[in-house]
Amino acid sequence: MATVTRLVGGDLGLAEDAVQDACAAALAQWPAAGVPSDPHAWLVSVARHKALDRIRRESRRLDKERAAMRDLGSPDLPPAAGAGDDELGLIFMCCHPALDAEVRVPLTLRSVCGLTTAEIARAFLVPEATMAKRLVRAKHKIRGAGIPLRVPRPDELEGRLAAVLRVVYLIFTEGHMATGGERLVRGELCDTAVRLARALAELLPDEPEVVGLLALLLLTDARRAARTDARGALVVLEEQDRRLWDRALIAEGEALVTEALRRGRPGPYQLHAAIAACHSTALGGPADTDWRQIAALYGELLRYEPSPVIEANRAVAVAMSEGPAAGLVILDTLADSAQLQRWPQLHVARAELLRRLGRRTEAADAYRLALMLEPPTPERDFIGRRLADVAATR
Amino acid sequence: MKYLFLFNGRAEGQMAEPGSAAWMETLRAYQAADAAMVEAGVMIDCAPLQPPEAATTVRIRNGETLLTDGPAAEIKEQLGGYALVDCADLDEALEWAATIPAAVHGSVEVRPILEVPS
Repeated sequence: MATVTRLVGGDLGLAEDAVQDACAAALAQWPAAGVPSDPHAWLVSVARHKALDRIRRESRRLDKERAAMRDLGSPDLPPAAGAGDDELGLIFMCCHPALDAEVRVPLTLRSVCGLTTAEIARAFLVPEATMAKRLVRAKHKIRGAGIPLRVPRPDELEGRLAAVLRVVYLIFTEGHMATGGERLVRGELCDTAVRLARALAELLPDEPEVVGLLALLLLTDARRAARTDARGALVVLEEQDRRLWDRALIAEGEALVTEALRRGRPGPYQLHAAIAACHSTALGGPADTDWRQIAALYGELLRYEPSPVIEANRAVAVAMSEGPAAGLVILDTLADSAQLQRWPQLHVARAELLRRLGRRTEAADAYRLALMLEPPTPERDFIGRRLADVAATR
Repeated sequence: MKYLFLFNGRAEGQMAEPGSAAWMETLRAYQAADAAMVEAGVMIDCAPLQPPEAATTVRIRNGETLLTDGPAAEIKEQLGGYALVDCADLDEALEWAATIPAAVHGSVEVRPILEVPS
């Protein structure tokens, strides 16, 4: 797909159609004629011809397409880039900062990961027609404004890479903690994000943040089986059955983050991964976790992401290492922020600490505040159980 | 690909007095940005514009030509100049747009030129 997009001059829509034609041709021919020795090259070559046919069939041809046809029609292919470079270029094109941030995730899922528009629409809980319209608008912008399919130069890479990593991270979190709907974890999206992160780490092995992101996703994903119970309800970290954690993924993630940090160019993804490693390697349970280290890592992370959410997470780590009262002091200063008032997790965190301090009435109030903010259904169930507990033992 | 850069600058009143030191400095900054684009071979044409008060807007409604004194839309930033450039792709155009002084205090809108089939 990536190679064909480059060959047709960056026209995603045309490339999609041509690849579909080529796959149909493969389905028709391969069973009888046998699979060609290089299936990838075969598909690219057929798709290139199909694209040419499509351009010829169109009555009105714009300059861009004429140029594309010239390139396609010439006996020499454009300078041969590896399939890997094309794939990477396609990712950078779909995550271009000139595209609306909201459409970069769906566009990457469609064009890089090959999900159907219907699947993406389901993941984002919008009608298929709405998602189709957004994708078409983005493809028009790419083509109309001349957004190139290429890997940015080293001097541009840092800024551009951040947008790409963000998209991969959002695909994962959308799968890991669905923003809406009944199911807490959408495994397919997590798998897709991990695949993308692996591809990026393979293509850009010298970028520690890329390796850090892959490590973060692996370490978080390792806990997937333990995050929900048989009924699909959320199981919080401290109550998870750690025997269900995937040891192989944890070992791989830990090795990756260690290697990335050794390069001495830390960044938010490496720090998040280091925090995830602290949790994932504590197989003995919460008491076995190095909370002091986690609190320090969150403190470091504040330098990159000075957000109240990070500060709230640091408060929880402080509560675990120095006692609930110390954590509550930090959370209470944060609770004054208007923005955080609407964040259910803050009230849940406060409620948990108040509960551990035996201040049950205040804990119940905080759980109720969290429920009023309409958290996702599985979390709502968890808060409801906690509320019933503190209310019963008062 | 051809792109039109629309320089949106500060509103009247906040602008430096023509001929003043600040005004000369702005002028030199624009000349430097223009010269770099000419040097790189991407520049097709560029010019500053007279203030919006000098504009007349033409609309035809029900076959009747209506003239309005002033620009088409009242916005906080006003169109102060333009450059027409020819770049390889959007990335190159965006790099040049960022060298225009208006990007610092106002904004530079990068509009691809619509290629009309001949």
